[in-house]
Amino acid sequence: MTEGFVTAVNGNMVSVNTDGIVTMNEVAYIETGGKSLKSEVIRIRGTSVQVQVYEITKGIRVGDKVRFTNELLSVELGPGLLGQIYDGLQNPLPEIAERAGYFLEPGLYLKALPRDRTWHFTPQAKEGDVLRRGMALGWVPELHFKHIIMLPFDFYGEWTVSTILPEGDYTLDDVIAEVVDARGNARQVRMSFSWPVKRAVDCYVERLKPTEPLVTKTRIIDTFFPVAKGGTYCIPGPFGAGKTVLQQVTSRHAEVDIVIIAACGERAGEVVETLKEFPQIIDPKTGRSLMERTVIICNTSSMPVAAREASVYTAVTIAEYYRQMGLDVLLLADSTSRWAQAMREMSGRLEEIPGEEAFPAYLESVIAAFYERAGIVRLYNGKTGSVTIGGTVSPAGGNFEEPVTQATLKVVGAFHGLSRERSDARKYPAIHPLDSWSKYEGIMPKQAVQYAHSFLERGSEVGAMMKVVGEEGTSLEDYVVYLKSEFLDAVYLQQNSFDPVDAAVSPSRQKHVFKLVLNILASHIAFQDKEDARNFFYELRQTMLDLNGTPEDSDMFDSLYTKVEQALADRKPEFENRGLKAIKALE
Amino acid sequence: MNKIYSRIESIVGNVIAVKAQNVAYGELAQVKTRYGMSLAETIRLDGEMVYLQVFAGGRGVSTGDEVRFLGHPMQVSFSDSLMGRIFDGAGEPRDGGPVLTDNLITIAGPSVNPYKRIIPREMIRTGIPMIDVFNTLVKSQKLPIFSVSGEPYNQLLARIAMQAEVDLIVLGGMGLKYDDYLFFRDTLEQGGALSKTIMFVHTAADPIVECLMVPDISLAVAERFALKGKNVLVLLTDMTNFADALKEIAITQEQVPSNRGYPGDLYSQLAARYEKAVDFSDAGSITILAVTTMPGDDVTHPIPDNTGYITEGQFYLRGGHIEPFGSLSRLKQMVNGKTREDHRSIMDAMIKLFAAYRDTLEKKSMGFQMSAWDRKLLKYGELFEQRMMDLSVNIPLEKALDQCWAILAECFEPRETGLRSDLIQKFWVGGK
Ligand SMILES: Nc1ncnc2c1ncn2[C@@H]1O[C@H](COP(=O)(O)OP(=O)(O)O)[C@@H](O)[C@H]1O
Ligand SMILES: [Mg+2]
Repeated sequence: MTEGFVTAVNGNMVSVNTDGIVTMNEVAYIETGGKSLKSEVIRIRGTSVQVQVYEITKGIRVGDKVRFTNELLSVELGPGLLGQIYDGLQNPLPEIAERAGYFLEPGLYLKALPRDRTWHFTPQAKEGDVLRRGMALGWVPELHFKHIIMLPFDFYGEWTVSTILPEGDYTLDDVIAEVVDARGNARQVRMSFSWPVKRAVDCYVERLKPTEPLVTKTRIIDTFFPVAKGGTYCIPGPFGAGKTVLQQVTSRHAEVDIVIIAACGERAGEVVETLKEFPQIIDPKTGRSLMERTVIICNTSSMPVAAREASVYTAVTIAEYYRQMGLDVLLLADSTSRWAQAMREMSGRLEEIPGEEAFPAYLESVIAAFYERAGIVRLYNGKTGSVTIGGTVSPAGGNFEEPVTQATLKVVGAFHGLSRERSDARKYPAIHPLDSWSKYEGIMPKQAVQYAHSFLERGSEVGAMMKVVGEEGTSLEDYVVYLKSEFLDAVYLQQNSFDPVDAAVSPSRQKHVFKLVLNILASHIAFQDKEDARNFFYELRQTMLDLNGTPEDSDMFDSLYTKVEQALADRKPEFENRGLKAIKALE
Repeated sequence: MNKIYSRIESIVGNVIAVKAQNVAYGELAQVKTRYGMSLAETIRLDGEMVYLQVFAGGRGVSTGDEVRFLGHPMQVSFSDSLMGRIFDGAGEPRDGGPVLTDNLITIAGPSVNPYKRIIPREMIRTGIPMIDVFNTLVKSQKLPIFSVSGEPYNQLLARIAMQAEVDLIVLGGMGLKYDDYLFFRDTLEQGGALSKTIMFVHTAADPIVECLMVPDISLAVAERFALKGKNVLVLLTDMTNFADALKEIAITQEQVPSNRGYPGDLYSQLAARYEKAVDFSDAGSITILAVTTMPGDDVTHPIPDNTGYITEGQFYLRGGHIEPFGSLSRLKQMVNGKTREDHRSIMDAMIKLFAAYRDTLEKKSMGFQMSAWDRKLLKYGELFEQRMMDLSVNIPLEKALDQCWAILAECFEPRETGLRSDLIQKFWVGGK
């Protein structure tokens, strides 16, 4: 093994002198004060090597010994990942707490997966079978999933199974199979293996186009700005606009198999909410706690910055691993800006030539490469699996014209831009309906959505005009368009995340309610004056808000629904042609 | 060990360099100059060169001055004898009392394991409706007051501190005007709270490096008390001075600035401090209330901007009152579901209507004719400002909620409020 010694310390960057062989991005340990601090090689120049240290560097001295491991920064993949709470380097935080108490302890690294338990293994491959990396050897039950035990992803080429254990209970350290390649090299296979986090897992036949909607149960997303399974989306917004709440709501209600939460450089308290509440919440689909479909990667803002940089990769690698089993995985990263800032801090210490706002010149390509790890793929067994990535962006000053937002917008498939104006007015979720966009197909026909959206556009124009000419200078017709857009906003775009019923709306309910809303939008009513129109819409709004808080399978729901229909019918409306077509498209 | 070095190789700003061996990153040293002794902290190691940040500043340091390494990082004494005492940013007494040297603890320790945190659940009552009703303060919250010079932010800070039921107050002053320092001392004394207060005060006249130490010292002490089961309130004023001190040091160190001269790690630096706010699972807690004065009254300035991304909300203090817009307590929903059933809904409804009022005000200022609806909003806005926003109002939460219903009933029909029918049935003043 290569060794070296410390020559300089600057923040979390340490320079090391060595005359041995060093690999870029390999892990090295700095021996100091009886501890071994983990670090990663980030630059090699002759005998001088720079490493970023994943810990507080206080106490390190010039001359301290450094051990290189010749292994890239990796995560351990195998049964037992679900329900875990890891730091950015995949240390299990509950076990760390058991050992070290209230505080994180530099240099304390623990195995990511439990060694003391057994898994009930059922072989699927048999002796003589020829396998490629990522193909199934067998499976174990992990909670309610059939966790596929695969040929490790770094077994390149073709391997013949020479021995495989019969059905039984085994630990992760047991060798469950032996395989040989064409040249007679034999290797052992266990139920877990490691994979370098910065390499995308690529064991599949082909990548497919994301077409199937990923249902989040947030109306404005599913109806207006949908996300697709295997797609990418971003949520930029100034602080306090609701990025984190939106992701939390999504992590609870999204219709996917597994959710990976990457709490990257933001508040620890927000993760605590998730990790304390998820075990108590029962997922109606599976009857199991939400925690059982969740993995939390938690490297919050006061935890070491270099590990923050690693954390998003740790998260996406675990996501890809479950995708390989034919599952739909959603990765939510909050916030990608903190990850970008971690890169900026290190780039500054390396004295690289800075780009815009001192971000490194490679910012764009790194962001693009990260989102490229999302996708829906066809696996060797014909099944598909997907990784969807949703990242929040925290632009400096809330201004989207900044490097991280811009680089992200270039690569994602949907943009949910949060606006300060809307969050100040408590219009949640504060996704701006005029700025945001999505390239994906959603649960509603395009025609219907466009029709509704046209009211938002015209309503905003009228609103702007009214600011100039006043209400009295606005025609009744325009004023009604304005009221309709406000109505649509209040009863459909806005959604109360803290109301047990309104927080999650199924696609069928969305369609049902959207139809009612479209009817109102499409209606022509002869109002006496603006006052009359306003009262009419306020009355409707009231009933619709009551409706939104009422469970769908109740009499109350039906009676409120009918009440709205009746209120509309009482006014003997005529219907706009375009509107009728939109409603028809919905049926 | 403790070797003495008597040659200083370079002096740039507040940073000196000496050739020395076996020095740990972060280690403390004493620099003896003709003006006296100053502490210095190791901030960079490069081969045999050791760079130190001198607490008293580089001014007057000579290349022939002595540097003695102490073999440990920055520490502060921790014991009950801290109560009622006042220190400077280097931890030296400011009140003429004895120097404390027992039970030294290292400052700026590692962060709390997120797994050991608990969900905040206790409201801190302030008697200020704009806080209690609209942006409830919660135990273990970290929350800054965003303001500009001239506003009574220190008064507000002191008022909340006096009203809050906590075991201990730690005041960290950074670049504090001497008058403000005296104001805090006197207010706490008059309120009988001085004996449960510990102050670490850096005034505008003190060396800038000491300013950088204040949050870490204050929070290290607070953390120890919290671990012993105490509920501690930490007041930090003014964090803008802290951030400016960071900027000054970064610039003399020739670091590439990221945004308006501030270093790229400003976010991480601020977060390392604010994240010390915590509710320990079976011990005490730390709540942090800070002041951030916004340079140029610009919330997009890097200091308030980065702060806003870290803290759990902010109170905007402007024109002598807490602004309903922009002010936010992110933890309010942890507690306001348990106060009274109408709390959440009335809070939202009141704010939405106030937003409409502001729109109307704008229309009015442009000379538009006011509709009947506009006139209702104008009346509403006026009442809201009088009975809710005025900082002299001091009433318990329940009274404030009743007051909200009263204002609504005076101005609107129930259906105009956007409130759910069941709440209206129950709470509408005069019945509906
Ligand atoms: N959907 C929502 N419904 C109600 N309140 C919300 C919603 N989203 C955000 N909020 C409020 O705004 C605050 C800030 O939201 P958060 O998601 O933490 O913002 P960000 O992550 O953008 O800084 C929350 O604490 C909550 O009070
Ligand atoms: Mg957030």
